[in-house]
Amino acid sequence: MSEESLLHARAVTARRERRTRQFLLAPAIVTILAISVLPLGITVIYSFLTPGTYGGVTWEFSADAYVQFLFEEDIFDGTLAFNDAYISIFLRSIGLALGATLGALLLGFPTAYFIATKPRDQRNFWLFVITLPFWTNLLIRTYAMLLIIRDEGFVNIVLMGVGLIDRPLSILYTDTAVFIGLIYTYLPFMVLPLYASLEKLDFRLVEAAYDLYGNRWQVLRNVIVPLAKPGIVAGCILVFIPGLGAYITPELLGGGKKLMIGNMIAIQFGSSRNWPFGSAAALILMALVVIALLIYARAAGREARAHG
Amino acid sequence: MRALDDVDIDIRENEFFTLLGPSGCGKTTLLRIIAGFELPTSGTVLLGGKDITALPPNERPVNTVFQSYALFPHMTVAQNIGFGLRMLGEPAGKIDERVSRMLRLVQMEPMADRRTDQLSGGQQQRVALARALAPAPKVLLLDEPLAALDLKLRKNMQIELKSLQAETGITFIFVTHDQEEALTMSDRIAVMRSGQILQVGSPREIYDAPTHRFVADFIGEINILSGQIGAASGDRAKVTLKDGTALEARTPEGWTGSGEVAVAVRPEAARLAVGGEAATIEGTLENLVYFGAASHLHLRLGTGEEFVIRHSGATPGLSLTPGARIGAVIPPDQARVLE
Repeated sequence: MSEESLLHARAVTARRERRTRQFLLAPAIVTILAISVLPLGITVIYSFLTPGTYGGVTWEFSADAYVQFLFEEDIFDGTLAFNDAYISIFLRSIGLALGATLGALLLGFPTAYFIATKPRDQRNFWLFVITLPFWTNLLIRTYAMLLIIRDEGFVNIVLMGVGLIDRPLSILYTDTAVFIGLIYTYLPFMVLPLYASLEKLDFRLVEAAYDLYGNRWQVLRNVIVPLAKPGIVAGCILVFIPGLGAYITPELLGGGKKLMIGNMIAIQFGSSRNWPFGSAAALILMALVVIALLIYARAAGREARAHG
Repeated sequence: MRALDDVDIDIRENEFFTLLGPSGCGKTTLLRIIAGFELPTSGTVLLGGKDITALPPNERPVNTVFQSYALFPHMTVAQNIGFGLRMLGEPAGKIDERVSRMLRLVQMEPMADRRTDQLSGGQQQRVALARALAPAPKVLLLDEPLAALDLKLRKNMQIELKSLQAETGITFIFVTHDQEEALTMSDRIAVMRSGQILQVGSPREIYDAPTHRFVADFIGEINILSGQIGAASGDRAKVTLKDGTALEARTPEGWTGSGEVAVAVRPEAARLAVGGEAATIEGTLENLVYFGAASHLHLRLGTGEEFVIRHSGATPGLSLTPGARIGAVIPPDQARVLE
């Protein structure tokens, strides 16, 4: 075969391979476009439009949604004054989500450790117990939690029955209720990655640490926690992010009085009929999460380099 | 099922003491009891006269070199070595000084800031050793620490360990299933089988004067002949083998057995009968295995038992071809009656 025809054959093969590759990648690309890029694109576009009178949007550019997030327009003279209402909802949400993450970590770590140190054949049973709540709808579970913590609920009946308190504790429709609900809802997301990390932990290292004069607390802090760090980070991310945007829990257990970001956004698409502002708030939330993750990734990368 | 049964040993200060036995004999369990990882169902562990049986591992002045090394993967070599001292709350200055001394001791100074997964097996071994020695324990436990190393490295480490023990003056309790390792390194050896200690003694005692058939068999090569015990006087007794051959053998101290006994003879303790010498036993040469420095002659005795002679040098007037009739001389104090 001549050199020229060889080159030609190669080019044909390469083109055919490229086409096959594109064809095989198509389902993945379509999926990503459909479930990620497209909705996000719509949200971005909507956030820069003008709200319609009966919901929806009118196709008229406006950055009002982002201005509204920080400033309030005086209805008489149209001047802008700083408004911290939305900021404070964001801060409250971040605080609640952080608290719930910490709570889930404190509850989840001993739980995961307990499961990871069980004999191998018993671990699946305990993991099953942990994931059991997922078999029921979140709404129903949240109502169940509502029944447990309300004034005439299980917790108060028991505490009063034992004589610890003589008036029911008002937990429902407070931040505490939302906090408890968030921990309850997202605890499995903490336990599972923690378990995955602890299960891989070489317990001979724990023995070595005891042998080298570490007491329980020192061994936990210096050996177990550092080695379980990937699981701790994954668990915290998996609890914090959905916790930040939680909707059902604050709606039901917080009584809708104490707003979290999720509820505020929902209101914009419902009674407030301000879709652009709802879109803008959703994007600001997302931006915050992405920034937080980037900061973490950078810190983790720096640490890995320092070790390497 | 007991992992350990009626184990009673005294280990002396500054001693290199080895627990030797096949896997599953309980030597590692014994080590874990001394370290504090396991509680004995009954019995006590005394350290310098003090009962430490119930103390947790972190309160015993005993450190372990683990078979798997168990180095902390999230710490550098220096951090690993300093771990014990950090846990004890020693001041930073003292830790640094001690760590650099340990690094020097195991010749790992250039590796101080490496992570442990960047080290070779031999280097990890040294770090594990330095880490266990850094807090200056009263006793150092070593759980088959050389098992994962290749032969040449293992030989080097054997010598290094021995000199390290002499240098630090710390009591070493070493666990191994490798009899050669035990013989080269130890001051004393305890041979274990199924949870029991069969014999405790210096390597020479264990090798030259095994008291149990198992000990004799486990350590080095040995010929074991069965026979009937006859007249005894002092520590000597006459043993008649199954084919009627009689030989003289040493009996264990204070021994009063009778009837059927086993007699052990090391291959190098027997020699060929030459020039019309009176042979103690006779057999047919079945096989000759040449090693270079010596040969092993495999004889088939009249009793049907096999007998191996280690032989070196010339053999005037003897033809060492398979089928030849060969006589062997066994000096009386080289044959031993086993318990």
